[in-house]
Amino acid sequence: MASELDVAYVAQLARLQLTAQETALFQKQLGDVLKYAEKLKEVNVEGVEAAAHAVPIFNVFRADNPCDWFTAAEALSNAPRQANNLFIVTKVVE
Amino acid sequence: MTKRDLPALSIIELRDFLRRGEISPSETLQALEERIDAVDPEIGAYLVHDFATAMAEAEKTDVSLPLGGIPIAIKDLINVEGQQCTCASKILRGYRAPYSATVIEKLRGHGAIPFGRMNMDEFAMGSSTENSSVQVTRNPWDLSRVPGGSSGGSAAAVAADIAFGALGTDTGGSIRQPAALSGIVGFKPSYGRVSRFGLVAFASSLDQIGPLTKTVQDSALLMNAIAGHDSHDSTSLNAPVPDYTKNLGRDLKGIRIGLPKEYMIEGVDPAVKSAVIAAVKQLGELGAEIIEVSLPHTDYAISVYYILATAEASANLARFDGVRYGHRAENVSSLFDHYARTRAEGFGAEVKRRIILGTYVLSSGYYDAYYLRAQKVRELIRQDFVREFEKVEALVSPTSPSPAFKLGEKTTDPLQMYLADIFTNAANLAGICGISVPCGFAQSKNGKTLPIGLQLLGKALDEARIFQIAHAYEQSTDWHKARPVIEPIAA
Repeated sequence: MASELDVAYVAQLARLQLTAQETALFQKQLGDVLKYAEKLKEVNVEGVEAAAHAVPIFNVFRADNPCDWFTAAEALSNAPRQANNLFIVTKVVE
Repeated sequence: MTKRDLPALSIIELRDFLRRGEISPSETLQALEERIDAVDPEIGAYLVHDFATAMAEAEKTDVSLPLGGIPIAIKDLINVEGQQCTCASKILRGYRAPYSATVIEKLRGHGAIPFGRMNMDEFAMGSSTENSSVQVTRNPWDLSRVPGGSSGGSAAAVAADIAFGALGTDTGGSIRQPAALSGIVGFKPSYGRVSRFGLVAFASSLDQIGPLTKTVQDSALLMNAIAGHDSHDSTSLNAPVPDYTKNLGRDLKGIRIGLPKEYMIEGVDPAVKSAVIAAVKQLGELGAEIIEVSLPHTDYAISVYYILATAEASANLARFDGVRYGHRAENVSSLFDHYARTRAEGFGAEVKRRIILGTYVLSSGYYDAYYLRAQKVRELIRQDFVREFEKVEALVSPTSPSPAFKLGEKTTDPLQMYLADIFTNAANLAGICGISVPCGFAQSKNGKTLPIGLQLLGKALDEARIFQIAHAYEQSTDWHKARPVIEPIAA
């Protein structure tokens, strides 16, 4: 399984530009980690339910009441680029 | 007591001085600030601390409250309105929190003063604090060694008497392991016990906020402040919060403590092994019944942890896109280029590594083999604990397989760094609570004394019992009273 990891391809999926050096280094290091993780194949998991987390809480609801929250100025206070009370994004449609 | 000795006090001791009016909250902060100025240039625990704001809070605080006037250091991933919250990452450099986390509101409700932003591994990913993009934090017991991680700034500050107590987070051991390596008490609450509203998320099915302190009693006191349900966090448990100090002082008669045979493995440092064996004997002498138990899926915990934690991290860190906050790449040629370069420039190597691994184990064709399988083995690990906790009230083990390691020793080999969490990961996977308390010292080759931590694990929501056992052990030893000798630059 480990040999199938293609770091350059996964980096694209993750929207992460890597240098050639980083790609080669991660290929080796994560290959080692995945090799170590191969021991999970030994475990018989037939009929075992997958645990998303350790506590049995599901479908938590609360009353849908309006309350004060961030003003536009507060929400924009950390924006790297903004104008007219809006976040500026990079052009999405060509 | 002189003002100079003041920073060495525990929270309880300081509280008594404050309540008797022998010192004021402002004098406390002043003394702490002086000690930070003298000692922290050697340690590097604080990223920043805003003395003026804390002084303004100190002047208004009510010392009759449970934590009235006590400064508490905050790991730099918990939001305090108006202060930086960078997760020690370049991608959040300059970020100012527009609101405060629930734990901060609760601390303030108990009279405490959040003071200082503590260094950490970037986004809490690491076991040595060496993944901080900002600075190195050194172990107060030996400045050539790591303080542990990821809450290394919080742990080192408490150990060096430059914080009375601190908040950290524990996703796979990030409170307990640095506490062990720095010779202090670190507590990981059960999953859902403490609200995470206002905490920057790393791995949402594992993260918990908890205290790092000089004593077990201080830890219980901080838990009294921060535990409890929060309607802002749908994963927080709606269960009553007991007084965590109520069992302190009770003996251990009738308490059964399990020694998991899988935890006394090869590769544990001999000094750690003998300290833990001695501690187990001590627990027996205090009245506890020691029983050998078995957690057969222990060997898989690290693999499961690094698959699930990285998968969750890859999803959580998708929010860092250079639009709403944080670093943004300049002169981009396309939307893809905007994202890929923003993230490349903002994240450090370990964060990138984990995003790649997490994306891979969730990707089409590999999801079943890695992610889904890991979730199933996680359930088996959880069941191991449920089964053994029918026979015992607590489990005992080393916190870390070795004392503090050298700066740079494990940075080139991520797998070796991951193995530092071998005894702590499983508690997060199972959602149970755990503590690390000092249980001895190892002598290093360079003649330094290095602390060793004892881990006690308890079933979910059984925090009060773990505090009782840890306190009984601590009070029967002198380990927690030892202090590192740090040569201040300007005494």
